[in-house]
Amino acid sequence: MTRLLGTPFVQRIGFYLLAAWSAVTINFVLPRLMPGDPASAILFKMSELGPVSDQQEELVHRLFGGARGQSWWHEYVSYLNGILHLDFGRSISFYPATVSSVVKSGFLWTLLLVGSATVIAFVLGTSLGIVAGWRPGRAVDSVGSLVSIFLHSLPYFWVALILVYVFAFTLGWFPLSGGADIGVVPGFTPDFLNSAVRHAMLPAATIVLTSVSGWMIHMRNMMASVVNEDYVLLAQAKGLAGHRVVFSYAARNAVLPSISGFAVSIGMVVGGSLLTEMVFNYPGLGSLLNQAIVNVDYPLMQGLFLIISLTVLAANFVVDSLYVLIDPRTREAA
Amino acid sequence: MTLLEVRDLVVEYGTVRAVDKVSFDVGRGEIFGVLGESGSGKTTLMTAITRLQRPPARIAGGTVAYRPADGTPVELVGCTPKQLRELRWERVAVVFQSAMSSLNPVMRVGTQFADAIRAHRSVKRAEAWDRAAELLELVGIPRDRVGSYPHELSGGMRQRAAIALSLACRPDLVVMDEPTTAVDVVMQRQILDNLKELQATFGFSVLFVTHDLSLLVELADRIMVMYAGRAVEIASAEDIYRDPQHPYTQGLRDSFPSLHGPRRELRGIGGAPPDLRHLPTGCAFEPRCPQRVDDCRETLPLLIERDRTQAACLLLDDRLEVRHAGSR
Repeated sequence: MTRLLGTPFVQRIGFYLLAAWSAVTINFVLPRLMPGDPASAILFKMSELGPVSDQQEELVHRLFGGARGQSWWHEYVSYLNGILHLDFGRSISFYPATVSSVVKSGFLWTLLLVGSATVIAFVLGTSLGIVAGWRPGRAVDSVGSLVSIFLHSLPYFWVALILVYVFAFTLGWFPLSGGADIGVVPGFTPDFLNSAVRHAMLPAATIVLTSVSGWMIHMRNMMASVVNEDYVLLAQAKGLAGHRVVFSYAARNAVLPSISGFAVSIGMVVGGSLLTEMVFNYPGLGSLLNQAIVNVDYPLMQGLFLIISLTVLAANFVVDSLYVLIDPRTREAA
Repeated sequence: MTLLEVRDLVVEYGTVRAVDKVSFDVGRGEIFGVLGESGSGKTTLMTAITRLQRPPARIAGGTVAYRPADGTPVELVGCTPKQLRELRWERVAVVFQSAMSSLNPVMRVGTQFADAIRAHRSVKRAEAWDRAAELLELVGIPRDRVGSYPHELSGGMRQRAAIALSLACRPDLVVMDEPTTAVDVVMQRQILDNLKELQATFGFSVLFVTHDLSLLVELADRIMVMYAGRAVEIASAEDIYRDPQHPYTQGLRDSFPSLHGPRRELRGIGGAPPDLRHLPTGCAFEPRCPQRVDDCRETLPLLIERDRTQAACLLLDDRLEVRHAGSR
């Protein structure tokens, strides 16, 4: 048992649990540190929308503190208990929907759009980086690097606006906004998938276009330094096929730092691409966050912050664990 | 019996000639040493012969003929990439200076052996790994280390593994670029003894590049001394040690102590190696040469053969006096 406790894997799990607990706790403390009384403000808003039951009032106090004479400790325990049951109260901007149902739907939309766009950008950018960095200084590299620096310096909300104007407004090839056509019922039906993909096309293109060059430049630079390593030269001297030298010896080693970067950006996915989602009025987490802020919807904000921080942690944990598999040097001696 | 025949090989970095018209032969089963200080062009020569040179290095002239016992000679400089791929490792293998960096840090040692073997032989993965384990045993590494990663081996083990790797396909020629500079002298001794043993068993030829004359004198059959990209002396190891012809070789010989021979005064070579961008018209060693004559500044000495020894020095040229007189 003690040996198991000492293993790096268990240590890592412990670290991430600690980080998750900190995120949850900060989420509890923040509204209580805010000037004024968020709980009263929320209750006031809710009473404008409809009658507030005692039960709802208690929930608001549990999440945001306030006038009840209960101790912080007592509130904290019941807050943790509520989180375990995914109970964050009701959203004000989407009243009477619960925060968890609103966040869940936004989460799926964002995962679909930003998630797939991030994966596409990573794969595409890294592949281009391999090609450019294998023989630095050649035409492919010079032109590619120039174009990617140009793309990298474009503001992405501006690209989004241009794409909307040209392809949706002027040419009408793609829908202007939204996540899917309004009449279509969400589900795994061909109609819905078709509509969702068509709606995701332009926002995804925006994200890919503006983030692909970052991956490419990074990979190109790593590749250009790895190709000078002796083990790559030796792989060539062994008479291995060209693709084997490029992928198993050069790219295999050069991609390692990019993988860590990928973990961070996969974690960021849930933060949504705020401006892109706003331009396309896409129903993802980015738009939700915007609406929550505009409507001073504290319950929704709290739910969003929590889900964003937990996903960042989860993504990092997964990649941290994978990294050990792909880079044996990071494994500690057993 | 010649295995490798290098003729007038020229390698340039842009306008700088790092290797200038170098010619030599490596015999079958011979250990041929190439000696030179940093910047003498010895590593450039080695990468050019194996066609592993990288831009901006460029082979600007000359030929490298490889003459296998069982087939037609191949001219390496004119080889297509496909022809080269077939020759590599199967016929000509290399060992680099630093085994630390010549093994891929994220691949198991066995995998790095297996892919070399499987690139040239159609054998199953398990069979290739078996062969890798055997090769490791040849250099004194336990067979179970075949599944280790390079960082799990000691420096000496890695260097021996790199040598074992070079023998994976039973090559005719192994080109070694200072394979023992990164290890301590005790390990160096072990590795070289092991190498001699393997060479005697398998009969491959070795082209051994180093700056260490004392090491070469013990290891090599014949030695080529390079200075500023040119061969200044080619002779048997015995002759290089006992009776060096070129003043540069003499200087090198006198700058290290002998373990067994009589005590003599050690002397260094004054001055510094020349700038390859501004080589003198005459002999490149002239500014540092204790025996220089007026003519050395103007006349480029060529290799002159005498008693199986070749040296490029005007002092050895019988016609020196004649030409001296003639030029006046």
